[in-house]
Amino acid sequence: MNNDVILKAENISKQYRLGTIGTGTISHDLNRWWNKIRGKEDPFLKIGERNDRSAKGKSDYVWALKDINFEVRRGEVLGIIGKNGAGKSTLLKILSRVTGPTTGNIKTRGRIASLLEVGTGFHPEMTGRENIFLNGAILGMTKAEVSLKLNEIVSFSGCERYIDTPVKRYSSGMKVRLAFAVAAHLEPDILVVDEVLAVGDAEFQKKAIGKMQDISQGEGRTVLFVSHDMNAISKLTKRAVVLANGSVSYQGPTDKAITEYLNEFKTKKAIVEWESIEDAPGNEYAKLKSASIVDENNKLKSKFNITDDIYINVEYWDLNLDYNNTAIIHLINEMGQTLFASNEFVAPNWLDFHSQTKSIIKSKCKIPGNLLAEGVFSILVAVGNYNPEIIHLIKKDLLSFEIYDHTSGEGVRGPYVGKWPGMMRPMLHWEIEKKDIIE
Amino acid sequence: MSNNSKEDWLYTISPKHKLINFNFKEIWKYKDLLFLFVKRDVITLYKQTILGPLWYLIQPLFTSIIFTLIFNKLADIPPGDGIHPFLFNLSGITAWNYFKECLVGTSDTFKKNENIFGKVYFPRVIMPMSVIVSNLLKFGIQLLVFVGFYLFFSFFTDKSNNAIPKISLIAFPILVLYMGLLGLGLGMIISSMTTKYRDLSFLVQFGVQLLMYGSAVMYPLSYFKEKLPNYYWLIEWNPIAIIIETFREMTLGIGSLDVSKLIYVTIISIVVFLIGLVIFNKTEKSFIDTI
Repeated sequence: MNNDVILKAENISKQYRLGTIGTGTISHDLNRWWNKIRGKEDPFLKIGERNDRSAKGKSDYVWALKDINFEVRRGEVLGIIGKNGAGKSTLLKILSRVTGPTTGNIKTRGRIASLLEVGTGFHPEMTGRENIFLNGAILGMTKAEVSLKLNEIVSFSGCERYIDTPVKRYSSGMKVRLAFAVAAHLEPDILVVDEVLAVGDAEFQKKAIGKMQDISQGEGRTVLFVSHDMNAISKLTKRAVVLANGSVSYQGPTDKAITEYLNEFKTKKAIVEWESIEDAPGNEYAKLKSASIVDENNKLKSKFNITDDIYINVEYWDLNLDYNNTAIIHLINEMGQTLFASNEFVAPNWLDFHSQTKSIIKSKCKIPGNLLAEGVFSILVAVGNYNPEIIHLIKKDLLSFEIYDHTSGEGVRGPYVGKWPGMMRPMLHWEIEKKDIIE
Repeated sequence: MSNNSKEDWLYTISPKHKLINFNFKEIWKYKDLLFLFVKRDVITLYKQTILGPLWYLIQPLFTSIIFTLIFNKLADIPPGDGIHPFLFNLSGITAWNYFKECLVGTSDTFKKNENIFGKVYFPRVIMPMSVIVSNLLKFGIQLLVFVGFYLFFSFFTDKSNNAIPKISLIAFPILVLYMGLLGLGLGMIISSMTTKYRDLSFLVQFGVQLLMYGSAVMYPLSYFKEKLPNYYWLIEWNPIAIIIETFREMTLGIGSLDVSKLIYVTIISIVVFLIGLVIFNKTEKSFIDTI
């Protein structure tokens, strides 16, 4: 069944040179050329480092991708996920032939069209209709193909009224709708999609995801789908590739790939502290001192049983004498959805602590046991004040913890051991009434 | 079986490339795109201008008037027997403009289209080719103006009685082809080089100006030879000068038509075009990393 493989990437690598292009470039170019005419290997291919954005490297050359291998079957929707800078876009650029790989090759049995960024080649002076034709042709459609689908495209975009108006008069949302509409009606064998769903309003996003689902399922098209939106990835794909620092770190079923990807993200942190007020995040009104997760005995912890109470401590320098500061936390799940937000100001004696003297405030929030589902959660910490609404500091992904279920019947799931649905798992109050049936 | 499946890949993306890896079938498939680019260039160029396409005419006319004043009235360059200097200049400028627009229009292909090239694949060469075609339309309009003045001067004045087209005029399309090939070839070379080294884009700006003076636009080659025989070699082998001189020979019947030089121009045009194509091909694969 070898023929089922529609696309095959073999040892794809891509090297980039860091820094600016200057005199160094010309000497390296000459060196390269000198080696080439003598039939030798490019000397700069031997050097280069793994692409780790945060670590300072020694070499000027870096491998944005290193030895990527994967296969895509006909009709399959493959997700590609990875952190910023993991090499997703580079891989897509190579797939869509925008740039060539440094080594390795990609073999394909079908035409690849990419949706790298919608609206490519839109000309502001031309009307929507003219742009549909131009954009369609850029994406590889013939004029006849576009004419055939024109009505469909226009009605999908929802821009009928403006179709003969120059695109420069469109709102940015309308441009995106129109562009996506054109791209969604492409009929390549393999469609490469990158983050297009991050645009448009909620209604259009829903429409776009629906269209993507149609394309991949109904029409049996092969799709490579790159996104940060784990929701969309898990909805649309069954298999995914996780990229980390330019190489494939996991390849397999989507749900496992997502967990893998998220684990990579979340080095579980129970405490974050700043030694001095100078280094601490914030402004002249508030500076964050520390944030931590503890259990009921005030012990730092990052793993909790599902029935345990969890306490979040936020400690900050309160330097605001004008308004009443409040600590804010958001609880975010693996999918990146905020489950809830809570504010210090719900404390009944909140006003007693603020706007009087500069001080260090330590506030503690209790998340009761039997509320959250199993999984890894991340916490966003912010300090601000309402009325006027000013955020003095905001730190995403500051802390994280894991909840597991080791109960033997006392949790929400009771003795049931199968998969339990739902993003939350609150212990709710049930009441039972009984009436005997008298026969 | 496994042998079979190895060979039926549609195409392979790999770092190795042939010197000329020109997929004519693919380019043909994208012909609609070429025409849409041409259409875009034509309809958007003069949007929100009052005079609109009249600008196509104003520029050569005014240049010709200035040239006539400066070079013929002030500097006394003789356009040739029985030819009105305005007509002489207009012919030179019309031909020169086509070459110039082709060269300048294609010389920043990569830089100008970085955005679109960075996102979608289509045969890159479509872009410079569309420039050549849309300039051809412009050239056609300017040619009509030239013909209009030609008829006016021939029938309503007695200053251009000697302006009689030669039989060689039937080879005129070939001349246009040479200009297109030269402009496209040079433009592709320059645009490829500027992706890494920006120096060339500065050269284009004033280089084109200088080249005009060396291309027999406002003087006949014979006059140059007569006045500055020691410097004649400077422009003698300039293919554009030869083309413009030939253009005037075909249309106005003045100047010289040297077959050996035309063969030389043929070879040069094709060679320049091929070199441009090779360099362009080499660049299009990875320019997005260096631009």
